[in-house]
Amino acid sequence: MARMKFLCDAERCIECNGCVTACKAEHDIPWGVNRRRVVTMNDGVPGERSISVACMHCSDAPCMAVCPVDCFYKTEQGVVLHDKDMCIGCGYCFYACPFGAPQFPQAGAFGVRGKMDKCTFCAGGPEKDGSPEEFAKYGRNRLSEGKLPACAEMCSTKALLGGDGDVIADIYRDRVLHRGKGAEVWGWATAYKLPPAGSPSAPPPKAKS
Amino acid sequence: MSGQRWPMIMATLAGAMSALMLAGCGERPQVVNYKQGEYQGKPDTPAYNAAPFNGNREQWDNAMKQRAQSQNEYKRIGG
Repeated sequence: MARMKFLCDAERCIECNGCVTACKAEHDIPWGVNRRRVVTMNDGVPGERSISVACMHCSDAPCMAVCPVDCFYKTEQGVVLHDKDMCIGCGYCFYACPFGAPQFPQAGAFGVRGKMDKCTFCAGGPEKDGSPEEFAKYGRNRLSEGKLPACAEMCSTKALLGGDGDVIADIYRDRVLHRGKGAEVWGWATAYKLPPAGSPSAPPPKAKS
Repeated sequence: MSGQRWPMIMATLAGAMSALMLAGCGERPQVVNYKQGEYQGKPDTPAYNAAPFNGNREQWDNAMKQRAQSQNEYKRIGG
């Protein structure tokens, strides 16, 4: 098993916000906290593109690097999680994250920040798997049930792929080869893996000029 | 009869009270000592440890792979 990753196919995303709704419903997320969002570029202009964004579970996560209380950890599968009992709500992770993934619920009348909340890749947290405590703090633990994140599984056009990085890279590559385009939209490299040289799905060698 | 029990009750009560008051003298550390660069929170268990996989990693891996392939309609519908 490689690392768990998300990949959003901008050629397929129709900005339905189904992933956002699935996430909110699955984890009972309060108002004001959006673990996942759909971002549209050139909205209203012909050729607009949308992508679904949440925590990308970075291999070298900047949130982990800046946390002053070291409440982040990474699972065997590369999922970046955190312990809410340790979090002091300082917001450093929010400033460090290039995807705006960390969310802070407003806790109190004077805009006091609560503990950080973010996408868990539906893997819960350090509480007992599937326990009510885990659900209350981190949401449902689908991974321990052998399921993939709700957002990816609910995606109607299968624009949002989630799972083992190698597997979803292969799915995306298949797709690009079938339609003959699309790799340039979200970047081939974001598929995390290139096929071995000489294999039928390997990109043709670049012509020397 | 009750006159004989009275000192015993008092002694028990005094013992309990002194134990209770001594408990207040205990001092727990209030400040967490952080070790820079190391996860400080509670340990987590791997996803395959819980039911229904009960620690069977291979079974969990296979389930995840099968589940991931359901996102590939070229394979799912034989396109």
